[in-house]
Amino acid sequence: MKIVHKAAIAVLLCAVFSCVFARNIAPAGYEQQFRDEAQAGPSIHHPLGTDDLGRDRLARLVYGMRVSLFLAPVAALLSTFLAAAVGGIAGLCGGWVERSVMAATDLFLALPWLFLLITVRAVLPLNLSPASSVLITFALLGFLGWAPAARVICAGAKQVLQSDFVWAARARGCGGLRLVRTHILPSLRPALAAQFFLSIPVFIIAEANLGALGLGVAEPLPSLGGLVSELQDLVMLRPEPWRLAPLVVLIVLIGSFQVLLSKQEVHA
Amino acid sequence: MRARALLVWLVLFCACTGFGQSGGELRFCLRSDPKTFNPLLVNDDASETVRYLTAGFLLRVNRLTQQPEPELATSWKVLDGGKSIRFKLRPGVRYSDGTPFSAADVAYTMQKLLDPSMHLSTSDAFRSGDGELVTHIISPTLIELTFPAPLANLANLFDYVPIVSSSSPQKEMAALGPFFVAEHKAGAFVLLKRNPNYWKKDAQGRQLPYLDSVRLEVEQNREIEAVKYERGEIDLINSVTPAIYEKLASTNASLVRDAGPSTDTEELWFNQVPAAPIPAYKKQWFASTAFRRAVSEAINRQDMARLVFRGHAVPAVSIVPQSNKFWFNSSLSPYPYDTADALRRLDADGFHLDNQQLRDKAGHPVEFSIVTNAGNPYREKMATMIQQDLKKIGIRVSVVTLDFNSLLERMLQTFNYEACLLGNVNGDLDPSSLMTMWLSSGEDHIWNPKQKTPATPWEAEIDKQMRIQASTLNLHKRKTAWDRVQKIAWEQAPMIYLVNKDSLVAISPQVKNAQPSPFRPQAYWNIEDLMLARR
Repeated sequence: MKIVHKAAIAVLLCAVFSCVFARNIAPAGYEQQFRDEAQAGPSIHHPLGTDDLGRDRLARLVYGMRVSLFLAPVAALLSTFLAAAVGGIAGLCGGWVERSVMAATDLFLALPWLFLLITVRAVLPLNLSPASSVLITFALLGFLGWAPAARVICAGAKQVLQSDFVWAARARGCGGLRLVRTHILPSLRPALAAQFFLSIPVFIIAEANLGALGLGVAEPLPSLGGLVSELQDLVMLRPEPWRLAPLVVLIVLIGSFQVLLSKQEVHA
Repeated sequence: MRARALLVWLVLFCACTGFGQSGGELRFCLRSDPKTFNPLLVNDDASETVRYLTAGFLLRVNRLTQQPEPELATSWKVLDGGKSIRFKLRPGVRYSDGTPFSAADVAYTMQKLLDPSMHLSTSDAFRSGDGELVTHIISPTLIELTFPAPLANLANLFDYVPIVSSSSPQKEMAALGPFFVAEHKAGAFVLLKRNPNYWKKDAQGRQLPYLDSVRLEVEQNREIEAVKYERGEIDLINSVTPAIYEKLASTNASLVRDAGPSTDTEELWFNQVPAAPIPAYKKQWFASTAFRRAVSEAINRQDMARLVFRGHAVPAVSIVPQSNKFWFNSSLSPYPYDTADALRRLDADGFHLDNQQLRDKAGHPVEFSIVTNAGNPYREKMATMIQQDLKKIGIRVSVVTLDFNSLLERMLQTFNYEACLLGNVNGDLDPSSLMTMWLSSGEDHIWNPKQKTPATPWEAEIDKQMRIQASTLNLHKRKTAWDRVQKIAWEQAPMIYLVNKDSLVAISPQVKNAQPSPFRPQAYWNIEDLMLARR
């Protein structure tokens, strides 16, 4: 277990290193088209070969990882923060506040967000740079992804509020923000961490799906989700297994997050 | 004795080599369930396939010779300068249920087709002017149809008119074509069986079609369809993607065929609508012929055909592909890829390069967005290639993919876009079907639709030539007018034609007599002649 934990940390550190030093690691720019070497297999110049337009697959993977690994955690942080705020208030206040907030959360979960996303794309200017487009995409994911986690946090907060140590703290005169900061929030930390880590792979995949609405990462900027969605032509994968690299990377990264997550739960 | 031995050897040879024979079931896939079996209401590809295989037509355009050939009508004559047409019908023809076919069915079909309450898209081509169709049944095998105004391509329009029975108890399910619908399991398959009353026979007098049945399996996923084909579970794929084509060809070259450039085009155009909510200086660029031609010259179409379509496409010249033998203007050739000439053209029009960034007279950096429909990897790749190509002449392009409904809303209602990359499916080979696209008042005059008066002298000239070709039966005159339209469109480049995709089909070597055509339906257009080798 300890080795697996260390391996997970090593994988994530390697991924972060690759993202930070993408310019040095990538054999070429992610948008550069080597049109005379299109659809090439792995070689010294292009270790993972090139895509249909002659773009280096390794470069696109490294830069795609940078986009997804930096922004998915930020979006996950945003949604976890919102979930903590909404779920925490509902759980701690209880009564009509809890009922109202949870009803609003249920309504939020039931709304057809697809149409909102289509509307958002319709009102956004078409000349958005790829960087702005990716920021907006992940911001939207963060703002829309809090509701399921809020229910979990609300339940957790209610449970913590009934625990003996909270009663003891209250009996000693500890209340208000101090009670929340010193007793309740630390108890909710494992649940918040779980929600945070679970959201990261969900957002990476969701970003790829949003591409179908024109909200994903705009060309030529790559993203991990976008690269995985290129694997739909399964008849071509058997003779070109190196194209599976983005999927393998995604699985390894998610696996590493899960290992760290289970470690957190064990400690909790 | 020697003759008997020879006969035995011949039989053995046929058995071993899979010589074609009557009978058997041909299997292929539909992308979706057919929405209707009423041939008049067809509006989707799956229903169109069923209609092609089951319906009877007065005449059909041969997909190889591109000439109309008699079917239910043995002959026809266009009268009154294209206002009327007289059909002599084949005697003794019966529907699949035994109901006799007569001129009353043709009259009934045409009345139904042109009924405004039916809202049938096929009927648009027959609406030449105000007034109603007059049907005159001269005898059970002779009918004359008179339209309110002349139609230039009148006879060929009947290639799209399926004849339905006016008296059959099975109504529109009674088939005059080679097959009839025998079974349908929603979401799974449609089974067509041989029409026992089909009128056609081969040169040896054998009853057609040779096949006993056609099984159409519903399969949305192209990849799974390819796997089924590789395993021999289906016999043909009417249209394969370049990637699947290459994959199948790499295992066995005889599994696939490239039927040559299709009538479908891929094109880019700039928004020239005066009321469009885009900056005025951008409208000036898009209205400039020099700008549009420079962009056209800066796009490497050869690379696009080679990389995006893996060599199964050719650089496009105009709306008419070179495979349309009669109507293509052979004096035209694709725009050459020439960035130096593109820059010269832009320079002469007041643009200048400033530190690798093209700027207009007022100093605005030249940048625009190209919208295309999301979920089409080929168009997304083409847009990305254009992005890279135009970067070489200092133009910055952003590519935006939108869901199709949002894209249509921007194109046709709000006009809130700068440039658009889309494709055009041209079912008809004749220019008369393109009136709404080329007339400046047309709804499909996509770069600046529904103009009250032509915005430019060259659009006025196109209007004039289109009306000439639509109002005469003289083929030479029509061709001259349509050639002129193609030339003006090439010179002015309101639509920048990119490539004509090839028609790629997969037909099992077990299927005999297949003659793939670039035109729809590519693989099975001669369905009654198809045979299956012994499996």
